[in-house]
Amino acid sequence: MQVRWDGEEVEAEAGQTVAGVLLAKGVRSWRTTRGAGRPRGLFCGIGVCFDCLVRVNGVPDVRACQRLVADGDDIRPQSGAELPS
Amino acid sequence: MSRVVVVGGGPAGMAAARAAAACGVGVVLVDSGRKLGGQYLRQDGLASEDRFSPAAAFADRESAPSAALAGFEASRSAALREATLSAASRRFALPDNVEHVADASVWAVEAVDGGHRVHVRVGATDDPSRTGRVFATRALVLATGAYDRALPFPGWDLPGVFTAGAAQALAKGQGVAVGDRVLVGGTGPFLLPVAASLVGAGARVVGVAEANAAVTGWLRRPAGALAGWSKSGELARYAGVLARHRVPYRSRTAVVAAHGSECVESVTVARLDRGWNPVPGTRRRVEADAVAVGFGFTPQLELAVAARCAIVDGFVAVDAAQGTSVRGVFAAGELTGIGGADLADAEGEVAGTAAAKLLGAEAEPPLRAMGRVRSGRRFAEALAAAYPVRSGWQEWLRDDTVVCRCEEVTRRALYRAIDERDVGSVRSLRLVSGAGLGLCQGRVCGQNVAELAGIDDPAAFARRPIAAPLRMSELAEVVSESESINAEAGGTPLGVEY
Repeated sequence: MQVRWDGEEVEAEAGQTVAGVLLAKGVRSWRTTRGAGRPRGLFCGIGVCFDCLVRVNGVPDVRACQRLVADGDDIRPQSGAELPS
Repeated sequence: MSRVVVVGGGPAGMAAARAAAACGVGVVLVDSGRKLGGQYLRQDGLASEDRFSPAAAFADRESAPSAALAGFEASRSAALREATLSAASRRFALPDNVEHVADASVWAVEAVDGGHRVHVRVGATDDPSRTGRVFATRALVLATGAYDRALPFPGWDLPGVFTAGAAQALAKGQGVAVGDRVLVGGTGPFLLPVAASLVGAGARVVGVAEANAAVTGWLRRPAGALAGWSKSGELARYAGVLARHRVPYRSRTAVVAAHGSECVESVTVARLDRGWNPVPGTRRRVEADAVAVGFGFTPQLELAVAARCAIVDGFVAVDAAQGTSVRGVFAAGELTGIGGADLADAEGEVAGTAAAKLLGAEAEPPLRAMGRVRSGRRFAEALAAAYPVRSGWQEWLRDDTVVCRCEEVTRRALYRAIDERDVGSVRSLRLVSGAGLGLCQGRVCGQNVAELAGIDDPAAFARRPIAAPLRMSELAEVVSESESINAEAGGTPLGVEY
């Protein structure tokens, strides 16, 4: 299947999580914090810490480590606090 | 007869569901994963057929010297594939009277007349399209498991610092190593399989830093309550993998800082004294692009706390039938103490049987499982005693070290809240400092912040009436329950004592 990361087409397969796709591609951070604007990526990997938040199909605050990719997903980085578009 | 509701699809939850179903009652098994197994029996996220068919079969044929041999290799790999798939499907198969609700996030447990109501959102992770379901039950089994404890240190909020569980989940579930040069640190035997998985996923593990005494001590002198494990060969196998790949293993050592601007570029390791204070003059820089740390495990207590179950020393207190202090609520697995998959499986069997009996099913006390629980608990206690977290970790922090990752609260801000605002309780500490108020709901920082503040209660931050973050539209949705509780129905306790 194909997904898009920040506008770029990326190959993915069923069963991969968003974090799995991004880390396999060498992307290590995909969010900045609300306060200091610091970079964050995966931390706990099992859905507990909410550090790996990412925007999927216009919806922010999706845990990249838990969300399984679907064909055509539009995945984008998230900066600070974002509202759904 | 009504049904048993089990929350959690790891070893404990699966065993509870099977045991209750075997007594003839219906079961609803609610789990956050797409597939059963939980964090320990992690089923590969990637489709298993991809793993066996095209690539593997082609590789066999190309390397085979003759067509006949190619045919033999192909049929052998087909047989192997068949065998592996059927072993896996048996391991994760559930009886027909178990309804497995996957991709389900439990966001509240509510006490109602005669039992409890379990509120769930089902569907793609954190997506507004999730649908609501409510399961009411007179017999609730909580098997929500545990997650890695991470201790803070300067730079631990940089991308490239992971929990050991994250490194394991990515390596085993997604086939990805979290870095090229990875340092594994923390305490306990779990660090070994994590390091071995990283090696398997293609990473170079530049070292394993154990803050306590060496795990490998058991391998040479297997004795006492921890002996069973080393005899099983599991630890020896991991230690063998690490030895073959020349991975240095150092005891009384920890990662005390990570460095880099946007990502981890190097780390500082230091020798520790028995209280985990860094020994002066032993700091050493190590080049690494990732760190995986785990300091034991923290139980997922919020549903048990919401059900008002008694918590003792940070774990759910249970009786010999895995019953909690609340009638109709049972707990199994890491919630009751960190003891691994075998103990969780045994506790699950006891809990499932007791839950079915409470609904009126005919059931004999599962004596064999109860025996396994008793020996498993001895192992768990020995494990906890051998791999404690010592307070010297607080010396690794600096004033500007983030202690709460979600709300970016530094140690300086935390101490200022405590000193200047005269904070006395956990509730006021959260409100004044902001620590524990973020999306993780204090799961990551809670125990650490409590220790820094001198609050002697590991479960101080586990009160989470909304047990998982959800969107306002989801909270506003009215969901009716699929089956209501008959508070008058019969049933008896399992009737066992230690």
